[in-house]
Amino acid sequence: MKTAPSETDASCRIPLLALFVSAAVWLVIGSLFAIIASLKFHAPNILADCPFLTYGRVRPVANNCLLYGFCLQSAFGVALWLLARLGGAVFGHSWLVTVGAKLWNLGVTVGVLGILAGDATGFENLELPPYAALILFLGCLMIAVWSLLTFHQRRERQLYVSQWFLLAALFWFPWIYSTANLLLVTFPVRGAAQAVVSWWYSDNLLVVWFGLIGLAAIFYFIPLLTNRELRSRPLALFAFWALLLFGSWGGIPNSAPLPAWIPAISTVGMVLSGFSVLTVALNICGTLDGKWSILWAGPSLRFIGVGLMAFLITGLLNVACSFNPVSQITAFTWFTPAQSYLNVYGFLAMTLFGAIYYILPRLTGLEFPSPRLVRAHFWAATIGILFIVAPLAAGGIVQGFKFRNPNLPFMDILKSTLPFLRASSLGDLFLLVGHLMFLRNLVGMVKEFYRSRALSAYSAATSPLFQTAEVKR
Amino acid sequence: MNHGPLIFLGAFFALACSWFGLILKPQMQIGHLQQTNTVGTGATYPLDRAGLARQGAEVYRKNGCVYCHSQQVGQTATVCDVVLAESGTNLPALQATLLKIKPGQTEAGAGELIAKVPQQVLQGVGKAEADAALKALKAAGAKAELWIIPVGPDIARGWGKRRTVAEDFLFDSPVMLGSQRIGPDLANAGARLPVADWQLRHLYDARIEVPGSVMPPYRFLFEKRKVGRFPSPEALILPASFAPAPGYEIVPKPEAKMLAAYLLSLNADAALYETPVTLASAAPAPTNAPSAMATNAATGGTTNAPSATATSAAGTTVTNAPPAAATAATNAPAASATNAVPTSDAAATNATSTNSTPK
Repeated sequence: MKTAPSETDASCRIPLLALFVSAAVWLVIGSLFAIIASLKFHAPNILADCPFLTYGRVRPVANNCLLYGFCLQSAFGVALWLLARLGGAVFGHSWLVTVGAKLWNLGVTVGVLGILAGDATGFENLELPPYAALILFLGCLMIAVWSLLTFHQRRERQLYVSQWFLLAALFWFPWIYSTANLLLVTFPVRGAAQAVVSWWYSDNLLVVWFGLIGLAAIFYFIPLLTNRELRSRPLALFAFWALLLFGSWGGIPNSAPLPAWIPAISTVGMVLSGFSVLTVALNICGTLDGKWSILWAGPSLRFIGVGLMAFLITGLLNVACSFNPVSQITAFTWFTPAQSYLNVYGFLAMTLFGAIYYILPRLTGLEFPSPRLVRAHFWAATIGILFIVAPLAAGGIVQGFKFRNPNLPFMDILKSTLPFLRASSLGDLFLLVGHLMFLRNLVGMVKEFYRSRALSAYSAATSPLFQTAEVKR
Repeated sequence: MNHGPLIFLGAFFALACSWFGLILKPQMQIGHLQQTNTVGTGATYPLDRAGLARQGAEVYRKNGCVYCHSQQVGQTATVCDVVLAESGTNLPALQATLLKIKPGQTEAGAGELIAKVPQQVLQGVGKAEADAALKALKAAGAKAELWIIPVGPDIARGWGKRRTVAEDFLFDSPVMLGSQRIGPDLANAGARLPVADWQLRHLYDARIEVPGSVMPPYRFLFEKRKVGRFPSPEALILPASFAPAPGYEIVPKPEAKMLAAYLLSLNADAALYETPVTLASAAPAPTNAPSAMATNAATGGTTNAPSATATSAAGTTVTNAPPAAATAATNAPAASATNAVPTSDAAATNATSTNSTPK
């Protein structure tokens, strides 16, 4: 009774193409804004007289384009495809996803314009103003409902590991997003409780939700592309529950002006969730029989391999930074953004690139117009992320040690971080080039896809009547 | 693990746990905080910001100041100072006690100390040692005080007198704590740089006041206009290299004034029960005063005091600036400059309490 893979792919083709292509567009827009933000450290006067382009608006826009425009949007796409593929069935009514995707893009557009106009909420990672958040929420709800129904209708009753992660992710995001928006923007809680909600949201989005989506893809694609069985289901199960139960408590920095139990319990949660990271490493290591070089085999696999490495490194850094002696150095420095970038871009975005490069040819039945461009994108993205994360992390550590010494004037500390910041602009440039290649490849493929559809429709329309049935797709 | 509903319920349970622990419980605790009284004077704290400063917080939010400035001061420890307030009548006994409790105290030194009360006897000691010293001094018939001094790099840098606590943000919405210090911490910006003209010039172009700063200029918060028959009294006084063409003047728009008012209203160093601190301005003798300086090895440069002639501060390292010593030594200009902002004023003048130690 199982539907053939190509059939499930065909049934959700159009909405998925829409999700991936618009995600790629947001990626390019986001990296343009990231470059503007980065330029401000070379010369503060650049574009300074335009209120829309002041650093405090450009930086959140860059971040939100990356998070909501690309990461969440393409994560929805990958999650939908995985659920359909693994379940062997698709819930009809793909208009739900199409409308959801349209609402999502409308929400991001409205939200980004809102931030530029000065409507940011003031909470990191939740800057999109309430009117945009409402549209986003409706959009993701439609996508989540469709995914849930697809899951429900699955023909393959035996659940694969990735499906646990996706199922949890389905309601995780709507819950945290609505909680954060209601308690921070619509009916704001009082005083410092807002800070707790905001940290809780960021942690649940960046660590738990991104972890769920990224691990679902890693556990699916690595065994698939290397032709091996996943080593251990119980280990994956452990990683799953550890991430959910403990990862969701992290995120509150030790320096927070809160009663001491809140950061303390957050540290405990973060340390325990470290076991989730370790078991993922063990499991994949076992799957590959310790031969990590296998991950170098193909373009998709390479992206996902880098994503996996970044996941392991950020996971361990999260644990390390939740301890007070470490966080006293890293808090308030450039180390924090470096770490978060490694998580968002190095882990999730890279994993999603790998997944998209695998999924798209199967959706359209076409090859990528230029495989060389795929390889070039890999290198641009990998070098870019290295050039951003390494200087920022190093600069952050230097900055952190200097902050400990009150005899150093603040301006000296600032000046000592500038070379690192300026070096990271190079990384932003690499990423932009990579994103343009990605977009070029996607657009090329979609164009080709519609051209072939148009051609076949044309030949169907112009062919003699009795042949119609054969030509029609 | 082949049952969808089971996974769903389990994940639901996990998120519900974290929701109860990190949303509901903190909301029940810190979400229900009320105004409190400062230790010592019993003044109500915190007070809501004045209207202009509240609007300024919106300008702060709109322009994303939070991405470069944190508003939270940390402390690594609390130390105690013991101050001899009155020497009483039994001077020989007091002298003997002083010799005993203060390491390296000479007899002549003890005599001088007694002659010049109030004087600091012990600096930067632990609570137990300070309590023992207090008890001994009391037994010798003298009156002694315990000062509580928070220490840590942020405090030594002059960013505050104590760590920030949840109470400080009671009236803020959104609460913008910030996660990075690309620029200096602003939790006590109003206490540190209480001059509106300085703030406005710094907003117009930070490099006027702090050469080498990377803060973006907020010239769009100002209006460049032709000097009319009477020059505007609000026009910025700018150095030649930043001044507009002759015949023009730079006047702050309302947003700039709001933002400056907000910055001036940032002041979180009232002594609270949960963060005891004896404010430095309570020092009895100015010469011996800067108890906070005990931890502040910084090459003081008291020239940095943001006085009315703020232009003099230009060119010096203002960001590192006025540590507690400056405000303690010249408390007067600071108090007079902050009177635009009632809340900070209260904190500055109330600081003359005798002893803000919670028992």
